[in-house]
Amino acid sequence: MRLVIAYIQPERLNDVKQALYKAKVHKMSVTNALGCGQQMGYHESYRGVDMEVNLLKKVRLEIAVNETYVQPTIDAIVAGAKTGQIGDGKIFVVALERCVRIRTGEEGHEAIG
Amino acid sequence: MNRWQIRRLLLAVVVLGFGSVGWGAEVSADGPSAAALVESLETNLNVVWTCVAAFLVFFMQAGFAMVEAGFTRAKNAVNIVMKNLMDFSIGTLAFFLLGYGLMFGETNGLFGTTDFLVRGVLGSAEHWDYTFLIFQTVFAGTAATIVSGAMAGRTKFRGYLCYSVFICALIYPVFGSWAWGGLLHGGGWLERLGFVDFAGSTVVHSIGGWLALAGAIVLGPRIGKYGPDGKARAIPGHNITLAALGVFILWFGWFGFNPGSTTAGNGEIGRVAVTTNLSAAAGAVLAMVISWMLFRKPDASMSLNGALAGLVAITAGCYTVTPVGAMLIGAVAGVLVVVSVVFVDRVLKVDDPVGAVSVHGVCGAFGTLACGLFNAEAALGIGQASTGLFYGGGVRQLGVQLAGVGAGFAWAFVLGLVLFVAIKKTVGLRASAEEEVKGLDIGEHGMEAYAGFQVFTTQ
Repeated sequence: MRLVIAYIQPERLNDVKQALYKAKVHKMSVTNALGCGQQMGYHESYRGVDMEVNLLKKVRLEIAVNETYVQPTIDAIVAGAKTGQIGDGKIFVVALERCVRIRTGEEGHEAIG
Repeated sequence: MNRWQIRRLLLAVVVLGFGSVGWGAEVSADGPSAAALVESLETNLNVVWTCVAAFLVFFMQAGFAMVEAGFTRAKNAVNIVMKNLMDFSIGTLAFFLLGYGLMFGETNGLFGTTDFLVRGVLGSAEHWDYTFLIFQTVFAGTAATIVSGAMAGRTKFRGYLCYSVFICALIYPVFGSWAWGGLLHGGGWLERLGFVDFAGSTVVHSIGGWLALAGAIVLGPRIGKYGPDGKARAIPGHNITLAALGVFILWFGWFGFNPGSTTAGNGEIGRVAVTTNLSAAAGAVLAMVISWMLFRKPDASMSLNGALAGLVAITAGCYTVTPVGAMLIGAVAGVLVVVSVVFVDRVLKVDDPVGAVSVHGVCGAFGTLACGLFNAEAALGIGQASTGLFYGGGVRQLGVQLAGVGAGFAWAFVLGLVLFVAIKKTVGLRASAEEEVKGLDIGEHGMEAYAGFQVFTTQ
């Protein structure tokens, strides 16, 4: 069992979701995040004073998957989120120790679904 | 001292005052001076009322700003506020320099040719020209600000500023001269035909609405508004409470718009306020009912649009229809606006974020035509000139109203298309895709409306 964590551009979320559905991955968690990497910030100004905004808006996806689904999930996310420009995002895959479904108490592979 | 004793004392002081200036031969009894005093008081009351009404209509700018901000996304809020601020400010200047003369100057048959910069009114004791100017300026500003709603979220600020000049300097005043020129020094073919548009359902609202349609068509829809299959997607407004505040402010300001157009301080103010209010209320209720029936839940944004639709529709006939007629007009407008919003969105596939085309264009046209049906001067005891079909006037008035509505559509829509295409090809009309997605606030103004809040949109 693995947890796939992906940071993507907010406007790519729809495309990423469609790609994931096509790969039969329907369950995910989505949160708003701020982040920076290689992408430069942008300038704002307020009443004559300049500000540099360095933390840019990102969307964070967390998808718990069984081993066989890891690569299809990664491929789907890349297909949906890639634009070729700096700031497309990153994907992390971490090992998932346990998974419990709250409603039924199932564990492990069945719980991930 | 009772009231009459005070008045007699005042009169005596005035008469003595006049006498000391050398009117001795003229003043025999209280007669002529009393009449002059009464007339002077009446004139000043008219001025006061007209000015107060103008200030109320000015406040409608705040209403428009809040409605448009509430119905669009937070990332564009600074931009929408700037557009609203500027179309009134630029409009005021353009109208003063050029528009007022075109609209109310002595006419050459098509437009006015005098009174630019309100010439020739130095030292006028009544100051009517200035009062009239401020009153008409805020009306012009109302027409101008309608368009910013339909073009929200994707219009380049520069392009919008260019448009603001043309509407108040040219497009609005020339049509206004045809319908209202005779209110001052001018005269127009529409009013000679007997066209009735008391406070401007067509002159102000339809002109703005059809310009909005032209702008929205030339601009194209917001990114993500229509899916790849052409189906309309919802882009919800970010603050329905702001939008509601805006509608209430507009409703309040409309008590200056309609009753103010009597420009006279007498009981007609109350009557016109009643017709205005009844129509707004009927519009809100019917829009809510229709949206409840069609969409399974009473939709707040549709109900708000319904109130505005009722207000726009009664604007033409508020002086000449009965209260019952006003209710019916408002009710039909409330139904019409819901149907029209869906039609423009899904069938015409024109992206109109706030429903400006439906509320102002369509319901303005309907309200103007409704005069041809519901005008009831005879029943109201104010003459018979333009009685409508339902009150025994035949179809003549309806025909005249139709001519006016058609002329308004042709003038505003065609000129609008020409203007916006010209702007598109010169300074540019649409913001870049990247800017639009990021939010116009950052790209155009370098600041956020909600600094310190995290505004996330994934559309």
